[in-house]
Amino acid sequence: MSTRKYSRDHEWVLPEGENRAKVGITEHAAKALGDIVFVELPQEGDSVNAGDALAVVESVKAASDVFTPVSGKVVAVNDSLENAPEQINQTPMEAWLAVIEISDAGELDALLDEEGYRAFCEQED
Amino acid sequence: MSSYIPIGERERGAMLGDLGLSGVDELFAQVPPALRLDGPLDLPDAMPEMALISHIRSLAEQNCDMDHCVSYLGAGVYDHFIPAAVDHILRRSEFYTAYTPYQPEISQGTLQAVFEYQSMICALTGMDVSNASLYDGATAYAEAALLACRATRRNSIAVSAGLHPHVREVLATYGRFCGFSIETLPLDNKQGTTIIEKLPEGTAAVLVSSPNFYGVIEDIAPLADRAHEAGALLAAGADPVSLALLKPPGECGADIVVGEGQALGNASSFGGPLLGFFAAREKYLRQMPGRIIGQTMDHSGRTAYVMTLQTREQHIRREKATSNICSNQALNALAAAVYMTLMGQEGLKRAANLCLQKSHYAYEQLLQISEISAPFSGPFFKEFVVSLPLAPTTVNEALWQRGIVGGYALPQGGPENGWLLAVTEKRTKAQIDSLADAVKEVLA
Repeated sequence: MSTRKYSRDHEWVLPEGENRAKVGITEHAAKALGDIVFVELPQEGDSVNAGDALAVVESVKAASDVFTPVSGKVVAVNDSLENAPEQINQTPMEAWLAVIEISDAGELDALLDEEGYRAFCEQED
Repeated sequence: MSSYIPIGERERGAMLGDLGLSGVDELFAQVPPALRLDGPLDLPDAMPEMALISHIRSLAEQNCDMDHCVSYLGAGVYDHFIPAAVDHILRRSEFYTAYTPYQPEISQGTLQAVFEYQSMICALTGMDVSNASLYDGATAYAEAALLACRATRRNSIAVSAGLHPHVREVLATYGRFCGFSIETLPLDNKQGTTIIEKLPEGTAAVLVSSPNFYGVIEDIAPLADRAHEAGALLAAGADPVSLALLKPPGECGADIVVGEGQALGNASSFGGPLLGFFAAREKYLRQMPGRIIGQTMDHSGRTAYVMTLQTREQHIRREKATSNICSNQALNALAAAVYMTLMGQEGLKRAANLCLQKSHYAYEQLLQISEISAPFSGPFFKEFVVSLPLAPTTVNEALWQRGIVGGYALPQGGPENGWLLAVTEKRTKAQIDSLADAVKEVLA
């Protein structure tokens, strides 16, 4: 069973199958942004490096970049968010943005686990 | 608080000291010396108020405005009639003194006016969404090019040679600094309309204007088809007055419609301020520059207006904003909204029809003069080109002696001795007849 990893920019990464991972934003981030009204998704086939802007989530207050915590190729995007961006507020841990074919699995090791991320958020607050 | 802070030697010295500079010359060292003033301004001695008023007035009287001459000058800025109510509303201090008047708690009037403006622009252009306006038509075209590059992830723009030369210059400047290249689409030299032979690979948009700079109406639909076949967008420029008669570009396949909105209730002034309008299909909403005013409901269920989409502007998105312009042209957009409301659908149609009829009458009268010919055969709305047997500037000088502002002398690269005339609803038959007589006299 794969375990979810977290970035210090408040994204989650859920490895699945061989060399693939879903990326989304955390509940903490979704709460901080407020009601999300639009999501700008990447295109399938885009190549991204860890730390690159992967998507833009727009709330009533701001439009914010979502950074990819892992490098690789975008192999799927969650189109359902285009018409129902509120899924990110309702179920942030399920509302994935994109699936990345990971080019360097080692990058996952640099990310936080659930406990580490919780401690990071408390420290940030 | 003091309302006026003078700058004396002491203040100047303190500021230069803070900056670590030895003098004003060092402060302006980056400005090339040839552009710097090398002495004090050459001003006359101080005058008593009475003498000053009379002096300034005599200077002002050397200006001529559209109320004191008969003008056939267009080329981007047009002399349409402006009902008095437009100015009356514009001059309400609630509208003209407010700076960034967008707080919904206190600015419902301004917000509603901009909302109405957007709705009417959408109706005229056949588009789904309009922004709250941009600075002028030229930057609206440039923003259309940028939107197309973002939406298609391409970076080449095909620009019709029929676009206003000033607009093409602005596009070239934006292209140079924003990283898109420009391919020019030629005009058919008989019709005066844009030809697409082949679109280069990676074309993000085809930019065309109808009527074009030479006044000729373009057939947008086939151009849009060619653009779409190549995976590019079609951005159409339009004269908003002409849209009261012509099929909206949105019904001809355009994805973006932009243009200069001055003709809607804004005075020619001295060539500005102008009003850029920008409308697009809904799928490009999030890629649009600027802001939109939206209609919503307040906590008691009453209709209310708020600014939306500003989340993508520079003050929030910084360098990732959709545009480096983080403002709009609120007072000019208000003038346009008041004008369109006063005219109504029928009124605007009648004004447009008068432009059409009168310009064609002028065209026929001028072409009866044997030395004058028409270089283009394409249909036109209110502006057209004729070729004169001598330099148009010579004819214009002679007309000016008779109180007539002649047409625009076309630059090199266009028809030889090309003279671009605009005839709006303001011109009377008698005025047009005397134009033709005066031209005949000058050419005789």
